[in-house]
Amino acid sequence: MALLQLSEPGQSAAPHEHRLAVGIDLGTTNSLVATVRSGISVVLSDELGRPLLPSVVHYAAEGVVDVGYEAQARQSIDPRNTVVSVKRFMGRGRADIAHIESMPYDFEDSPGMVKLRTAQGVKSPVEISADILKNLRTRAEAALGGQLTGAVITVPAYFDDAQRQATKDAARLAGINVLRLLNEPTAAAIAYGLDNGAEGIYAVYDLGGGTFDISILKLSKGVFQVLATGGDSALGGDDFDHRVFCWVIEQAKLSPVSPHDARLLQTRAREAKEHLTQHGEAPITAKLSTGEFVDLTLTSEIFNEISKTLVQKTLGPTRKALRDAGLSPADVKGVVMVGGATRMPQIQKAVGEYFGQEPLNNLDPDKVVALGAAIQANLLAGNRAAGDDWLLLDVIPLSLGIETMGGLTEKIIPRNSTIPVARAQEFTTFKDGQAAMALHVVQGERELVSDCRSLARFELRGIPPMVAGAARIRVTFQVDADGLLSVTAREQTTGHEARIEVKPSYGLTDDEVAAMLKDGFSHASDDAFRRALREAQVEAQRLIEAVQSALKEDAQLLSTLERAHVDACLGKLQAVMMGDNRRAIDDAMDNLNKATAEFAARRMNQSVQRALAGKKVSELES
Amino acid sequence: MTIFDLEHFSRDHFALFDLPRRQALDELELERRYRDIQAQVHPDKHAHLADADKRLAMQWATRVNEAYLALKSPLKRAEYLLGLLGHDPQIERNTAMPTEFLMHQMELREAVAEARAGGDIDALDHMHRKMKKEMAGQHQALARALDETMDYAHGAEVVRQLMFQEKLLHEIDEALQAVEA
Repeated sequence: MALLQLSEPGQSAAPHEHRLAVGIDLGTTNSLVATVRSGISVVLSDELGRPLLPSVVHYAAEGVVDVGYEAQARQSIDPRNTVVSVKRFMGRGRADIAHIESMPYDFEDSPGMVKLRTAQGVKSPVEISADILKNLRTRAEAALGGQLTGAVITVPAYFDDAQRQATKDAARLAGINVLRLLNEPTAAAIAYGLDNGAEGIYAVYDLGGGTFDISILKLSKGVFQVLATGGDSALGGDDFDHRVFCWVIEQAKLSPVSPHDARLLQTRAREAKEHLTQHGEAPITAKLSTGEFVDLTLTSEIFNEISKTLVQKTLGPTRKALRDAGLSPADVKGVVMVGGATRMPQIQKAVGEYFGQEPLNNLDPDKVVALGAAIQANLLAGNRAAGDDWLLLDVIPLSLGIETMGGLTEKIIPRNSTIPVARAQEFTTFKDGQAAMALHVVQGERELVSDCRSLARFELRGIPPMVAGAARIRVTFQVDADGLLSVTAREQTTGHEARIEVKPSYGLTDDEVAAMLKDGFSHASDDAFRRALREAQVEAQRLIEAVQSALKEDAQLLSTLERAHVDACLGKLQAVMMGDNRRAIDDAMDNLNKATAEFAARRMNQSVQRALAGKKVSELES
Repeated sequence: MTIFDLEHFSRDHFALFDLPRRQALDELELERRYRDIQAQVHPDKHAHLADADKRLAMQWATRVNEAYLALKSPLKRAEYLLGLLGHDPQIERNTAMPTEFLMHQMELREAVAEARAGGDIDALDHMHRKMKKEMAGQHQALARALDETMDYAHGAEVVRQLMFQEKLLHEIDEALQAVEA
């Protein structure tokens, strides 16, 4: 069914039209896209029937961008221009990336997020991820036969603000409307919980290609409440491959190998690791470009020995998350295993021993995250069916704080706070007439700012002149349902709204994203103008439907006069949305949004009253 | 914008959940009401609506989370309730404690440091449980002082002691983490 069935001006489309929404698992090793069809979440395969898209991008000198299996086929031929595991670079600086010396890329020497020099120019991880997302968007739109309303994109629960923002920017570059960033273990819990009618405390152990998450959830009566989350955003199956790779180098007594040979051996290492899931030993053979020949046998005993510390590294965050939730292993009713790397027998064993129970493996660990994301996307897009009344309450994984005197961190929002969450803090000036103030926002649990992750530096300008200590500047930190931070500031004594300049430490500024978007459009084959217009029309249609359904339900909350104003704005938008004047559509949407703000507030108030209706104070005082 | 002037939104935390202003509180009932309201206001329920609705949903859900957090823990609840009743517990300024309490805390602190240095997980676990038990007793004392005897000065003193105990509990947790690592 096509999404864009625009009706005649003045007529509305069917209010309950099914909107096309997908869940995307943007993985380190593989990515997937899924959707809900006839009430069932399914992974969308490519034209050859393959569900997974390897998260590999190849930038050929001729200007062709290959993604997936085609790119993977190029990786040992052209390693420098073939990017694998780009997720590890998202929102990260050079110093953050492990084993950077053994990577075959040409890194640009610049501060902030790493950038790679390729045959097609300098690429940021955001652009490379956007190429993967574009491929999945094309796949989904071909399969579903229409333009997507939006997508839920999953991120590791332990991703910090910079990594989340980078993911959202990548989606924007790929032309995807992000309905929500969803934590991967939470997505898995939704898929598992709804499928099995689970109730109680569950742990989700998610070891992917490059990230590890552990989340503790309470499932009860349709509410998925995350109690605590922990992890390591630089630990995954790749690290097990790397241990095997190092073992091969050592055993075969190889001198430094070329990028080609390194890629070849890394591939052999991964194959050996996968082979050991079903067998006691795995052969590793390779002919290097130097003429050297590698012929080794990796036994599971050796593999367990060389990877022991990695397995242990996942148990530390697991203990911490349980402690944060105020629980012990015995309180956990089930442990859901997610991520391809959980297939390793030593992982299954260690997790089973720690929790004192067999882990749950009845879901495909590669697909469960995408399936859960699709279920949430369907709900967020407004395709609500009976029995879909579940609610998700997630948390922020790392504490947010600011730098105070002496390089110390003052925590503003503690880790595992349920989102959305806001906290305000007051600051004052240090000198007479001080007109500006610098704030450094960090994320992490350590006392010293230098041990935490720098998120952004803010400068508050335009503070009215006052004596030192007289100004009272209230800075509000708001974390939204995507886990993303925004900061606003206001001078309290004069009500002056201070201007904030943000310098993201590892992200891209809005200007940079805008420039990339423009760049993308000028290279794109489809007409940028028509595309933007089409998007505005979809937006307008969505808004009209939303307002109409609100009016249908709660028209009594508006006076005759207010109703007339809303109707006028609605009529105006319907009149202009079929035209080709994008500005007029934007303006009419703006006006309708403003006209319905108060109405929305009253509706919300009413629904809260309804939630509490019938629960009187007297019931409790007996 | 008039959103924040709405009567319900700006009510105190107890009124927001339509609960009596008392220290003794049915935590399951609080949780049930919290979930019922979140089920209405959460941004996920409004993601398909207009921007105004989405912004409002975020503000409401934030407000409800704040209220829930303030009422959920007995210590935070008592601090908040004392404030509502006009008896600021003066956490920053008033640091006077009974000698006996202070001595006991110092002993515990030393024991934690010793167990940490010796890598004694069992001892730390034991102290963790013991602390929890002592704090549970304090929570009952708070309910008596604030709901029954109306001895707010004593309530404020228990609040200050509990801050101490929470800090120690946190130290035990950190020691456990360090030893396990």
